[in-house]
Amino acid sequence: MNDVILSRIAEALTWTGRYVERADATSRILDAYLHRLLEDPWRDEDAACRSLYAILGCDAGGQPVDMQQVLDQLAFDARSTCAIEGALGAARLNARSAREAVSSEMWECLNSTWHALADQRLAARRTGPYAYLELVRRRSALFFGLADSTMSRDDSWRFVVLGRSLERVDMTVRLLSVRVLDAAHAPDWPTLLSASGADEAYARIYSGFGDTPRVAEFLLLDRDFPRSALHALTTAEECLAALGRPRQDPARRPIGRLRTRLEYLDSQAMEDQLPVLLQDLQAACMASAEAVAEKFFPYQGPVEWAQEGSRAV
Amino acid sequence: MADIFDAYALADAWDEMFVRPGEVRTAYEPVLAALQPIEPTELRFRADQMARAFTDRGVTYAFAGEERPWPLDLVPRILDALEWDLIQRGVAQRVRALEAYLADAYGPCRAFEDGVVPWRLLLSSPHFHRAAQGIEPPGGVRIHVAGIDLVRDEAGDFRVLEDNVRVPSGVSYVIENRRAMTRVFPSLFAEQHVVPVDGYAQRLLAALRAAAPAGVVDPRVVVLTPGPSNAAYFEHALLARLMGVQLVEGHDLVCRKNRVWMRTTRGEVPVHVVYRRLDDDFLDPLHFRSDSVIGCPGILSAAQSGTVTLANAVGNGIADDKLLYTYVPDLIQYYLSEEPILPNVESFRPDEPGQLDAVLDQIDQLVIKPVDGAGGQGIVIGPKADRETLERCREAVAADPRGWIAQRPVALSTSPTLAGERMAPRHIDLRPFAVNDGNEVWVLPGGLTRVALQEGNLIVNSSQGGGSKDTWVLAEGPAETPSPVPPAGAPPEVAPRQHGPDGNLTLVQEGAQQ
Repeated sequence: MNDVILSRIAEALTWTGRYVERADATSRILDAYLHRLLEDPWRDEDAACRSLYAILGCDAGGQPVDMQQVLDQLAFDARSTCAIEGALGAARLNARSAREAVSSEMWECLNSTWHALADQRLAARRTGPYAYLELVRRRSALFFGLADSTMSRDDSWRFVVLGRSLERVDMTVRLLSVRVLDAAHAPDWPTLLSASGADEAYARIYSGFGDTPRVAEFLLLDRDFPRSALHALTTAEECLAALGRPRQDPARRPIGRLRTRLEYLDSQAMEDQLPVLLQDLQAACMASAEAVAEKFFPYQGPVEWAQEGSRAV
Repeated sequence: MADIFDAYALADAWDEMFVRPGEVRTAYEPVLAALQPIEPTELRFRADQMARAFTDRGVTYAFAGEERPWPLDLVPRILDALEWDLIQRGVAQRVRALEAYLADAYGPCRAFEDGVVPWRLLLSSPHFHRAAQGIEPPGGVRIHVAGIDLVRDEAGDFRVLEDNVRVPSGVSYVIENRRAMTRVFPSLFAEQHVVPVDGYAQRLLAALRAAAPAGVVDPRVVVLTPGPSNAAYFEHALLARLMGVQLVEGHDLVCRKNRVWMRTTRGEVPVHVVYRRLDDDFLDPLHFRSDSVIGCPGILSAAQSGTVTLANAVGNGIADDKLLYTYVPDLIQYYLSEEPILPNVESFRPDEPGQLDAVLDQIDQLVIKPVDGAGGQGIVIGPKADRETLERCREAVAADPRGWIAQRPVALSTSPTLAGERMAPRHIDLRPFAVNDGNEVWVLPGGLTRVALQEGNLIVNSSQGGGSKDTWVLAEGPAETPSPVPPAGAPPEVAPRQHGPDGNLTLVQEGAQQ
């Protein structure tokens, strides 16, 4: 009898998936950057940090930025959903408002992670942020692992996966954009690879250290690596198709178009049109997310009532 | 050897565990034997473990603005089979009588015509809703779920303290307490057969489905919650999850043509039974408080036209008014022609001529309660109150006799409770939960035992800093014998396990090389 889900729940599930993925990806990026900075002390810390802000879509401000500020604003800030802690907090609240749709184990995973963050944050002040970042990655993996093993493959599941896939495309594109569009203080290719958790997968395919523009090709076009834009787009499209909308589906269209474009793109063409392609990808993700919201989450917020004859509030 | 019960001094009340110091009641013998050898630090450790598990599971409540783990004491409260039989019959009887009263009050009003209950009681109740008049609920059920608060007095007899037939809460804690106890203290359950509590959700769902409007073959049931910021949100979510139904908020529902629909990703879907966990006042801004943004406009009209069932029904508040409470023994005799199985606590009705003066004269020896209060708010315990409070209370009662009742202060029974690193007696009560499906009033074995955590305190509500205990109902006789041996014959065929390479290095014949 539970073949349908409430629009509100669907929205909460999508965003739970998105926010957990965001926390995971942010933690990977921060980890890769920190590592890089330590290995190469001659790098310009301010410039490196600025490129981090650019990737994550935050404003770095006019003052010089250092790594501690990066951690405070992009990891430990509980009020911003661009930061790890804020994203996990939002994921927890979303899961809580969809409490009967996510499995108890998934909810407990998010809830206990949220409660564990404070301790790790304090420890990070003394011993560095690695344990904190690792906890976030592990728990994100646990969350999606539990989703995988405890959720039926129904619409609820599809909304979680849809959210995760859209966020994945978005994060990969953000990483590449900084490298491609803003070469001044961009991360090098190997950092990009490890920030996507893709260094080993890349090495296996291209047998070698990823210090070439081929990395962009891998992160965008690889069919098998789950964080590549093509793979994530394909997953998102499968979800939308199964969610059962007509063929002229405004949510599926932008994604499907780009997916086909990526499928048949060759290396040379990709290199030539990379900046445009990245912009198109980002636009497609946004358009699709908006169309999903419009189609599936049509409820309004709380209704306000004014009594007849009463003063306008 | 010193143990945690050594310094246990009985308070001036019936103690659930000990007859007198050192002499334990039969039902508690195995528990005492299991707890006695445990070091206090070990007990503390387990208590902390439990608190942590509750925090991680999100079993928390808001106290003084912060989120705290649900307080569960490690010593269970035990009811033997005889005691439980009495409670169960008494609670069911009470629910049947209140059910009959509601049907009467929103129907023929016989009890008022016959002078059993004065008219003014009904007409002056803020919970008497014209809108509920004439709604004929399916199966005649208005009280789908009830929570009847019991206490055990100085002589060891159970008495009813109050009835809750609007939106009684707490049942999720019964389920969670048992879950936590079996995990933290599995050894306690070894010696005795404790009746399980996990059938509640199934019973509730069956009762809700039975309450669906006539003609609906496969009714859709939903739980209506005020939202995640509500103190009982955990319970709403747990019940929805255990029943496998949707947990909706007011704005997930929409009323159209006197029907209720919910907004889903596949369009609007009809709803037939709403187990609502918000008060009448907030349910429908068109009928009740127009500033309510958590309700669903139009839902009451849909209920009136019979396309949707609200559980519990609207207007039930007239039956758990504390002034009506004083009439319930009469109602049991009037409607059911039975003697009350569970007595009330002796009470006064200040609104009756003559009684007001009697109450005001001995106000320092009585418990004064607002007829409308919930969560232990507004209660003044005469013998423990200071002069100023008493004076204020006296004025309030004199100004509005209908708004108050007075009761003899009952020394609630005590139970050993972990306080720091030792056991101390603390006052407890009991809230059994009853589910009415129209044919039978079923009472969940046990119920919620609440504990007043401060010494001598008589108010057990969690909103006042109270704790809880797992409540055991013992099955009659010894622990059940294991299920009968399977019929003789060949054992069922078992498929062999498959094995692959196990990773161990094969022993290489050495010596071949030289």
